[in-house]
Amino acid sequence: MATIPLKVNRIGLEPQIYKGGKTTLCAGCGHNAISERIIEAFYEMGVNPRQVIKLSGIGCSSKSPAYFLGGSHGFNAVHGRMPSVGTGAMLANQKLIAIGISGDGDTGAIGIGQFVHLMRRNLPIIYIIEDNGCYGLTKGQFSPTADMGSKLKNGVVNDLPPIDTCALAVELGATFVARSFSGDKKQLLALLKAALSHRGTVMLDVISPCVTFNDHEGSTKSYSYVKDHDEPLEEVSFVPFFEDISVDYEPGTTQEVKMHDGSRLLLKKLEEGYDPTDKIAALRTLHEASRRGEFATGLIYIEPDRDDFLNLLNVVDEPLATLPLERTRPPKAALDEIMESLR
Amino acid sequence: MSPTDVVPQEITASRPTSQVVNDFSIQVATVNGSGSQTANLVLLRSILLMGVPVSGKNMFPSNIAGLPTWYTIRASKRGYVARKKEVDFLVAMNAETAKEDVLTLETGAAVVYDEPLKLNTLRSDLTFYPVPFDKLVTPVCPDAKLRRLVRNMIYDGILAKLLGIDMTFMEQALSRQLGKKAKAVTLNQGALKAGWDYAEANLPKQDPFHIEKMNETTGKILIEGNSAAAIGCMLAGVTVVAWYPITPSSSLCESLIGYMRKYRIDKETGKATFAIVQAEDEIASLGMVIGAGWAGARAMTATAGPGISLMSEFAGLGYYAETPAVIFDVQRVGPSTGLPTRTAQGDLLSTAFLSHGDTKPILLIPSPVEECYSIAMDAFDLAERFQTPIFVMMDLDLGMNNWMSDGFKYPEKPIDRGKVLTADALKKIGEWGRYKDVDGDGIPYRTIPGDGMPAFFTRGSGHNAKAQYSERPDDYVDNVDRLARKFETARKYVPKPVVDTDTEAKIGIIGYGTSHWAITESRDQLREETNVKASYLRVRAYPFTDEITKFIDAHERIYIVEQNRDAQLAMLLKLELTPERCGKLRSVLHYSGLPIDARSVSEDILAQEGFEVVKKFTPASASSMIGGE
Repeated sequence: MATIPLKVNRIGLEPQIYKGGKTTLCAGCGHNAISERIIEAFYEMGVNPRQVIKLSGIGCSSKSPAYFLGGSHGFNAVHGRMPSVGTGAMLANQKLIAIGISGDGDTGAIGIGQFVHLMRRNLPIIYIIEDNGCYGLTKGQFSPTADMGSKLKNGVVNDLPPIDTCALAVELGATFVARSFSGDKKQLLALLKAALSHRGTVMLDVISPCVTFNDHEGSTKSYSYVKDHDEPLEEVSFVPFFEDISVDYEPGTTQEVKMHDGSRLLLKKLEEGYDPTDKIAALRTLHEASRRGEFATGLIYIEPDRDDFLNLLNVVDEPLATLPLERTRPPKAALDEIMESLR
Repeated sequence: MSPTDVVPQEITASRPTSQVVNDFSIQVATVNGSGSQTANLVLLRSILLMGVPVSGKNMFPSNIAGLPTWYTIRASKRGYVARKKEVDFLVAMNAETAKEDVLTLETGAAVVYDEPLKLNTLRSDLTFYPVPFDKLVTPVCPDAKLRRLVRNMIYDGILAKLLGIDMTFMEQALSRQLGKKAKAVTLNQGALKAGWDYAEANLPKQDPFHIEKMNETTGKILIEGNSAAAIGCMLAGVTVVAWYPITPSSSLCESLIGYMRKYRIDKETGKATFAIVQAEDEIASLGMVIGAGWAGARAMTATAGPGISLMSEFAGLGYYAETPAVIFDVQRVGPSTGLPTRTAQGDLLSTAFLSHGDTKPILLIPSPVEECYSIAMDAFDLAERFQTPIFVMMDLDLGMNNWMSDGFKYPEKPIDRGKVLTADALKKIGEWGRYKDVDGDGIPYRTIPGDGMPAFFTRGSGHNAKAQYSERPDDYVDNVDRLARKFETARKYVPKPVVDTDTEAKIGIIGYGTSHWAITESRDQLREETNVKASYLRVRAYPFTDEITKFIDAHERIYIVEQNRDAQLAMLLKLELTPERCGKLRSVLHYSGLPIDARSVSEDILAQEGFEVVKKFTPASASSMIGGE
C-alpha cells in the first residue's frame, strides 16, 4: 500500500509540531490570528522549535504563547517585565531564538520602562505587541495606546494622547520596526518571516481588535475602524535565503532590503518615496498617519547591520550557559595573584 | 546641634603614664572628596606590614564632596577587628567637626590637628600636636591644585613618627596603593617625609600610644567583603550578571567587572566568557538573572534594601517558577535619603518573607570576608541544586570596610549544577514532569531551553506536576506542599551554624553577620572583667538547622545580638521554636547606623544579667553627623 508523503518543511518537521495548546481566548480575537501567522512563519522558515523560547508578560496577549509552538520552552513572566527575562535568557544562550508576546497595557503602561531599555539595547528578540487599546483580561479599561476620543463600551471617552509604540521604538534605537493588522494575513506573515531573518530587536506592533470589549462604534481599535484606516506603506514580500527565486520588478517601484541571513525583503512602494531606512522619514510618516487618524502599516524602519547587544558585550560564540567549568573558573594561579595584590 | 553649641567640659588632667602598645584606635576626621582615602589606606596597610592585626572602617555621608567623613583604624594585638567605641588618637583635619570631635574624646587621648584650628585650648586632659599642614605642603607640592590631596599624606608621616611605624612600611604601603603612578608616588613620598621630619623636629612624644612590630599578620590580606564576594562569584563560574548601582552594593559588581575583565577573557578569541549588564533598575536586574538562570546560566545580582523591595515580585516568581538566582543584599539603613551609607542588619525579616503568597527563599549569612568568598560559591551551588533564588545577606560594614584575613583557598570541590534532566536520567525516571517530585526531596528535574530535552511552559503558581496550566485545588496544594518539602531538604544543605560552647557557661549568645566581631570581643570582656562565661552560636543560614535548638537547650538564657530595632532574627526564630525555648530569648540590639562594638554588647548583656553598668559616653562623633542636603 502506498503511503502518502507527509507535508514537511525544510528541516523535515510537520506543521503539527508548530502548533500549541487550544486557545482559551475569545472566539474571533485578533490574537488568535497572530498565533496562526506565527505558526506559519516558523514552519515555513524551518525554525527548530527546540531552539525557540517564547516569552510573555501578563494579559490576554501574554496567554497566547501557550497556543503556538508547543515544543518550545515558554516563560510567562510578571506583568510588563518580560523584556528583562528575555534579555537574561539571550545572554545565557545567544543561539536561542526569542519571541516575546506583549500587549498594549503590558508594554505601554507597567512595562514601558523595560520596553524602552529593550529597544535601546538591540537585543536579538522578536517583540510583538498585540495591540487592542484596552485591558481585556480585567474587562475593558483603556490602555495607553488608546487614541484620544476613542470610546469605551460604557461611553467613557479617552482624553489622554496615545503612546505610539512604533515611533517610540524607532526613536529609541530598535533596528526593525513594523506595524501590522491581525486581519492582514499576507503582510503579517511576510513581516514575521523577515523578523526571523533579522539579528537585533524586532518591534512589531500588531493592531489586534478586542472583539469583546473594544469592537464597538466609537472605538478606534475596532475591527471595522482599523480595516478602514489601515494605510499600508508598501506591499511586503519576503524571499528567504534558502529559496533561490529571482523577482522582476520595475526599477524605482520596489526597494530591496538585504537581511542579516541573506534573505531579501521586497517592498513595493505604495506611499511615494517612502524609504524605511530613513529614521527621520519614518517618524514623520508615523506622525502624519496619526494626524489623519490612520494606521501606517508595513515595515516602518529597518537598520539591518547594526551590532546587536551580544556583539556589543563581546561574549564568546558558544552559549554562556553551557561553558565548561575550565572556561569559567580561572586557575589557582589567578587567585594566588589576586591574593598577593591584597597583601 | 551644631558643633559650636558644645560647651567645653571641666576636666582635670590625668594623663596615663604607662605605654599603650598595639591596642588603640585612630580616627581621621576629614571632608569627603579630599582624597583622604589613600592616606588612610596607606596608614592601615603600614600597620599590617608591622605585623599588627588591624581593621579600617569608613564612616562617610551620602555625598560626593564637602561633608564630614571619619575613617577609623584599629590596631589590636589580640586581633579584635570590631569597631572600638573609644577613639584614642584623633587626626582632626575638618574644621567643621573638629571641636566636637575633640570634646567627645576620652581623657588621655591624643590629637594631631591642623594648627589654625587652635584645638589645644578646648581641653587640658589631652595631648595636642599642632601641625601647619598648609605650610608643610607648599614646598613638597608645587602644583597648587594637587595640594588639597597631598596634604593628607603629611599626617601619615606625622603618625609614623609619633607612633613608631617604620617608614619603609609606609613607603611600601604607598607604592602598593598608588601602583605604577610614578609622579603620584614621588609627590606623596615627599609629603610623608615632610610629615616625619616636622614631627621629629617639633613634636616631642607625649602620648602613650605605640605601634611595635609583631608577627601576627604574615600572609594576611586586607580586603573589603564586596571584593571577596566578587572573587567568589568569579570562581563559582558566574556567567551572567545584571545589576543597578546602589550603595553599599555597587562595589561588589564593580570589583567583579574588574576581575572578570582580567581573568575571564578567552585567550584565543579575546572574547568574554561572561555578560555583565547594568540594568535600568533592580526589577530588571532580577528579571535578567531569572531569565538567565532559567536558560541555564549561573546568574547573579547585587543590591541593597531598596532594591530587595523592588525585586519582591520577581523573587516570588523565581520561587514558584523554580529558577536559580543569586542575589547579594548588602544591607544598609532604611529607605530613601538619610542613612544610605550607614550599616544595618535590617532586611532579614523582609527578605525571609519576600514576595506575595507563601514564599520561603533561602538566606545565607556570611561573617568574615573569607565567608563572603566561600558562601558566594555555595550560593550558586544551592541556587542550582534547589532551583530557587538564594539571598546572601551582607551589610555595609562587611561589604565596604577593610578586613584582615588569611588568603582565600582555591576551591577543590566541583560545582553542583543540580538536577538537570539528561537523556540517561530521562530513561531512569520514565515519564518526566517539570514539577514532579521523583526523589521525594521536593526537588524536581528541569530542562534548559536549547538543550534538546523536552520543553515545558514556565508559569507562576498555576501549574500541575507536568507544568501544564492548572487552577485545580489539588494541583495547587500538591505543588506548594512540595515547595515546602524542598525547603525542608535545604536544611541539610545550607551552611551550619558555627558553635563555640563554654561548658561552664549559663548564658549563650546568638549572632550573625558583622555582629560576630563585637560578640567575639565581648565574650572576652565578659569573662575577663566580670567572670561571666558565654557560649556562642553564629547563624549562617535560613532555613535554620537543629544546632540552634540544641544550643538553646544547653543554656539558661540566650542573648540574640543583632543590628536592627525589631530583633528580626529573634522574631524569625520564635516562629519555629517551642514557647519554652522562646522564653529563654533576650535581645541585644544596636541600630545607630554605626557598626556594633563589643563594649555596647557587654554592657547590655551585663545589665540584663543584673549587673550594675555605668555607661560611659555616647558613640564618638555620632552626634556630629549632621548636615548635608
